[in-house]
Parts: sequence; structure tokens; C-alpha cells
Amino acid sequence: MSDYLNSALYGWYPYVCLTVFALGSLIRFDTAQYTWRSGSSQLLRKRQFRWGSNLFHVGILVVIAGHFAGFLIPDWAVDWLISPAQHELLAMVVGGLAGLIAIIGLSLLIHRRLTDPRIRATSRRWDIAIILMLWAQLALGLLTVPVSAMHMDGALFVTLVAYIKGIVLLHPGVADLLLGTPLIYRVHILLGFTVFLVSPFTRLVHVWSAPVWYLGRPGFQVVRSRQSVGHQARNQSLTVADLVTRTRPAKPAGAKFRQPVTGD
Amino acid sequence: MKVRAQIAMVLNLDKCIGCHTCSVTCKNVWTSREGMEYAWFNNVETKPGVGYPKDWENQKRWKGGWTRRKNGKIEPRIGGKWRILSNIFANPDLPEIDDYYEPFTFDYGHLQTAPEGKVMPTARPRSLITGKRMEKIEWGPNWEEILGGEFANRSKDSNFEGVQKEIYGAFENTFMMYLPRLCEHCLNPACAAVCPSGAIYKREEDGIVLIDQDKCRGWRMCVSGCPYKKIYYNWSSGKSEKCIFCYPRIEAGQPTVCSETCVGRIRYLGVILYDADRIEEAASVPDEGDLYKAQLKVFLDPHDPAVQAQARLDGIPEAWLEGARKSPIWKMAMEWKIAFPLHPEYRTLPMVWYVPPLSPIQAAAAKGDLGTIGGMPDVKSLRIPVEYLANLLTAGRTEPVTAALERMLAMRAYMRAKTVDGVIIDSIAERVGLSGQDIEDMYQLMAIANYEDRFVIPTAHRETGEDTFQMRGSCGFSFGEGCSGKTGFGLFDAKKSKTPMEVV
Repeated sequence: MSDYLNSALYGWYPYVCLTVFALGSLIRFDTAQYTWRSGSSQLLRKRQFRWGSNLFHVGILVVIAGHFAGFLIPDWAVDWLISPAQHELLAMVVGGLAGLIAIIGLSLLIHRRLTDPRIRATSRRWDIAIILMLWAQLALGLLTVPVSAMHMDGALFVTLVAYIKGIVLLHPGVADLLLGTPLIYRVHILLGFTVFLVSPFTRLVHVWSAPVWYLGRPGFQVVRSRQSVGHQARNQSLTVADLVTRTRPAKPAGAKFRQPVTGD
Repeated sequence: MKVRAQIAMVLNLDKCIGCHTCSVTCKNVWTSREGMEYAWFNNVETKPGVGYPKDWENQKRWKGGWTRRKNGKIEPRIGGKWRILSNIFANPDLPEIDDYYEPFTFDYGHLQTAPEGKVMPTARPRSLITGKRMEKIEWGPNWEEILGGEFANRSKDSNFEGVQKEIYGAFENTFMMYLPRLCEHCLNPACAAVCPSGAIYKREEDGIVLIDQDKCRGWRMCVSGCPYKKIYYNWSSGKSEKCIFCYPRIEAGQPTVCSETCVGRIRYLGVILYDADRIEEAASVPDEGDLYKAQLKVFLDPHDPAVQAQARLDGIPEAWLEGARKSPIWKMAMEWKIAFPLHPEYRTLPMVWYVPPLSPIQAAAAKGDLGTIGGMPDVKSLRIPVEYLANLLTAGRTEPVTAALERMLAMRAYMRAKTVDGVIIDSIAERVGLSGQDIEDMYQLMAIANYEDRFVIPTAHRETGEDTFQMRGSCGFSFGEGCSGKTGFGLFDAKKSKTPMEVV
């Protein structure tokens, strides 16, 4: 691969992807929230869904958490905790297992999506495209495990971490780090950024909405009032969004009622 | 005391003829769209029967509503917040579409395009999900219409609990009634409680429970949480939808579509004032059988000056207080005690109430073998078992249902004596704890049922609620990408909605 192509794909392309990812998600959330959903097909067919979805989601969450932790924890913190070789071994074992769980689940989901007449007929094109992309990405990720096993000293691992950190920290010229690394890593990285690129246009946006805030909702109930905002508007400036979603906490005995706008 | 107002509904089952006009007009207005073909915000079931979706009243299976923990607190039957979140990837308590029915249409076009042949062309069914041929329609939204299907299946109805049901399989003992169902717009909605996104909310000003379509993420917990199974997951939009109590009409002082079009004039709409501070206490009473009485205590007397004073402080408009005083719901639920909540044991404090149906007296009573009391048949000799109605309406307590049926029988006897025999027999009224004037009022509201008596709906005060100047230029409701989409090009995966007929 020429240096020029390498620099385009690993120096510039990631920023295109991350920019589209951030801006696209923001614009979709702001202008087209009606399309912002998990897109579940469980209602149409239970079969294979419970195993497929649970395995996939649990596996992929561990994989994602591992990637973020591995790549983004500052060097001094990692060095203090663990040596590069140990780090690599940990990533291979935990990532390999979680990846395996995820790909088994995803394979079930793909089988269901492609062969079940109901799910196939109601799939959007992006639904099928993204599920295949994720499978390919998981497969590539798993294939890196045996390749890593050939370089147990952790040196390659350090290079890859340095590359990702370089991208995140806007270091120029980090694409050169990848010259000479095994192809499988480079394809995995490329497809990984591509997943970021397309995600605002797919159902993947639901990841942003993981409703962990639910655990913090006091009580259970949600009440909204259309209170008299006329007099308030005189005192403070309100945006249209404020008016549309304006809610007021209300308390029936014991249970605290709270506004629901914090879902995302 | 925190006074809130709700537009509540009562359905007089004694007059329901099961014509499905409510369901059809509702469907035409609200759910005739892709993804919602299977959804009926309003449906009419023939009881006894397993209903729609199948077996919806069996909460051991579907885990809808609330359950009371040992410590006296209530929590959703599908679980607390941690359990709900742990099931977010795949909800184990979600019905499949076959529990409702696979929506279908027919190849009507074939009737016109078929070539000349020896046999008449037929319109064969086709799935509205896959677009493929369906060889056999296995189930539909009203499969048990007028006792359709064998008793063995229909008798799985949960309301037979504690009833010796075998005898009702025999032709001469059989009974039936219609049960129109819609969202109950509960005071303690389980759907709102289980929604992880907080997209479901109860409107403070009129009690209508709505799903914010922008905030809904399609986690599907509400479908399980609602014990009435009146939340439907739209498989096309990926959002849940439910009966909206025709809020644009209610806000304008008009009745809901189902009420407006009811040919039997069985539906009533009016204001009920309630104390929001008593909701949790009422929903948490230890004995399920007490829930009906507990809910009555949540309602506030609109004639009480103290209630009126507090209501004004809580921002309830004067027209709503006047509406509450004239409310047909108040009269039927509180004054005459002839209307009951549907399945109070779910602890959701439902706000669509039902007047139980009278039924023909059994043959034995007609022959004189069973007692009549003062010229009126004993309600125990009515064909629909009181226990069955009590399981439906009062969590198994028969006394309130019996009293209501006696009052309705008394109304008939009193008015028959008055109009046919030309005599007024006050003792008939007194025996059921009413006055002659009460009976006349009941007759006016329930038998004559004039439009303006059935529907007492004060208009919403939007002028104080929103600053319309700041709302200018917003696009209101749209399916999909906000105000954009003039080009027809969808950037963000919005699906163009089709009418159901286009699928074929």
C-alpha cells in the first residue's frame, strides 16, 4: 500500500468518520427524533431473538468497553497497572471470549433476519447492511486474536494503542505507525471507523439512548403539566423546545414524580 | 390534598349491542397505517372468552400491572427498575404478534381481473406483514364473536376463577356479554412506570396518558407493563402507540370518536376530580378486593366547598369545576354506585368504568322455582353469574355488583309501573336505597341518554398553557423527519408510510 493511500485511509478517513458520526447523530437527534429507536423486531418473531439479542448485546458491550478502556486510558495509568504483554494477554482473553459470545448471538440474529419471512420483509436496507457489517467487524476482531498470539511481547499492541490515541489526540502523522502492521488489523480498523461513519443513518443510534437514567428516576410515575407559562415567559426567556417538553414535578404521597426529559 | 381533574369514561354494558362501530371508527381515524394494522385502540370482546390479545387477563402469564411487595410498597409485576433494565435486550414477557393476530387483507383486485372461468373467483387472504399468501387465517381481532369457537377454549377466560364454569358450557346455561375495551388512562399507570425512557406520561390537566413519540425508543416494556394490553408496538415505526383518548377532540370539548359514534349511546364522558396525594395509598391497599372502594376514596366531591377551594388553588379552571358538578361519571360511579373499574386488582386505578349488564332470568326463575323479591327477580337468578361480573369489575367482591344490578332492576320496575301502570311506587326505589327522583335521574341519563347529558366536557385552556407566539413556525405532528422532507429524500432511515392496501 502506498504511503499516500495509507495516510488517506488512516490519517484522514477516521476524522471524516468521526465528524459524520458526531454531527450526524446530533442532527438526527435534533431534527428527526421520531426515527430514533432500537427498531426491535421481537414482536414479529420471538424465535431466536432472546438468545441472539442477549448474547450479542452482552458480548458487544464487553468488547466495546474493552476497546475504550484499552485505547483511551492514559499511558501512565496503564503502565502503572499492567505491562504491555499482560495488557495484550488480557485483551486477547477477555476480548476473545466476549467477541465469541457476541458473534454467536449476532449469527443467530442474522439467520433470523435473513431467513424469517416476517423479519426479512420488514427489514430496512440499513438493517441488513449494518448487521452484516457488525458481523464482519466481529469476525475480523476475532481473527486478530491468533495473529496477536504470534507476537506475545506486546510491542504490536503498543503500536496500535499509540495509533488510536494519536487519532483521538489529533497527533499528526500517526497513520505511519500502521505501515508494516499485519493487514488484518488495518482492515479491522478501517471497518471500525466505517461503522462510526454509517451509524447515524442506521438503528445503531439507539446506543446513545441506553436508558441507564431510569435507575435514577425517583418513584415510578411521570406526570406532565401544561402549566401557565405565559407569566414565566415574561420573566425568563424560553425556547420552543422548553415549551414543548416543559414538565413539572408533581408529588403524590411518597413517590416522587419527576419530569421525563432526561431519557437520553 | 392535590386536586387534579380527569376526563373519565363510563360504558353502560347493559346497552352495548356489540356492533363494533366504536372499534371501526377508531381504527379508521387512528390506526389504519402500516405497522398498526393489528392494533385496535378500541376493541369489543365477547365475554366469556380469552380476548384480544389472547389471554390478556392472565397476569400470571403476561405480568401486567402492579404487585404489592411484603413491605407494603407496590412495584410493576414485570419487576423493579433493575430487572426491567436487565431484560432490555429481549423482553421475556412480550406477546408475539400471533397472540394478537397476523394482520391480513384480501386480494380484492382479483375479483375484477380474474379471467372468465368455470368457478367464481375468490379473494384470498394475504399477510399485511410479509405481503405473502396466507393459506389459513388462524385468529383475528374478534375471533370469539358471539360465542364463536368451542367452550373449552373460551372458558380459559380468567374471570371464571372461583366459578364452577362447567355448567356454562351447556347450551341452556350459556351466557354472553360484550366488553368494549380501550386504554384505561389509569391514575397509577403501570405503562408509564415501566418505560425506561420516560416517554409515557399522564397529563396533569385532563388525565390522558400519552406516549411521546419522539422520546419513545422502542424498549417495549410498556407492552408488558400494561395489564390491559392496550399498548401496541408499531413494528414499522419502532415506537409504541396507544389510545390517545382522542385528545384533540377532548381539548375542543368534543367526545372521543368511539363515544361520538356509539349507536347504542352507551358511553359517557365527564370530569372527575381526584386527589393525587392519595393515589399511592389507594393502589397499595393489602387486599385486592378493597381496591374498588379505595379508588372511590381518591375521587373528590365537586360539591364540597373545601375541594373547590383547593381545586382553584391547584389551577383547575372554573369551567372544569362546573363540569365536575354536572359530570355523568360522578353520578354513576359515586352517587348511584352502578359503575365499576375494570379489573381493579391490577392496582392501576383505571379511569374507564363499566355499568354491569343485566341479563335474562334463567328458565328456572321464570317458572317460579327461584325467588323473586317484590316483583323483581333476584339478581342471583340472572343468566350472567354475578361472580363472573365481580371478577371482571370488583376483584371478586359480589356485593357492589349485586347492589348495582338491583338498582338497575329497580329502575326498570319503577319506570314500568309509572309509564305502563300509571302508578308511582316509591318503595321500589327505597328498597335499593334510592329516592324516586334518583330513579328518574338514572332513567334520564341511562335510558334516554341525551347527547348533552352523556358528554359533559369542558374545553382545554390552551390559551393559558402555551405561548403561541413562541410556538409559531413549529411543524406540529409529523411522521418522521420533523418539518423537513419536502424533497421526499429521507436521510435518517425514516420509512415512507404506506396505506395498508399498497402492500398487496
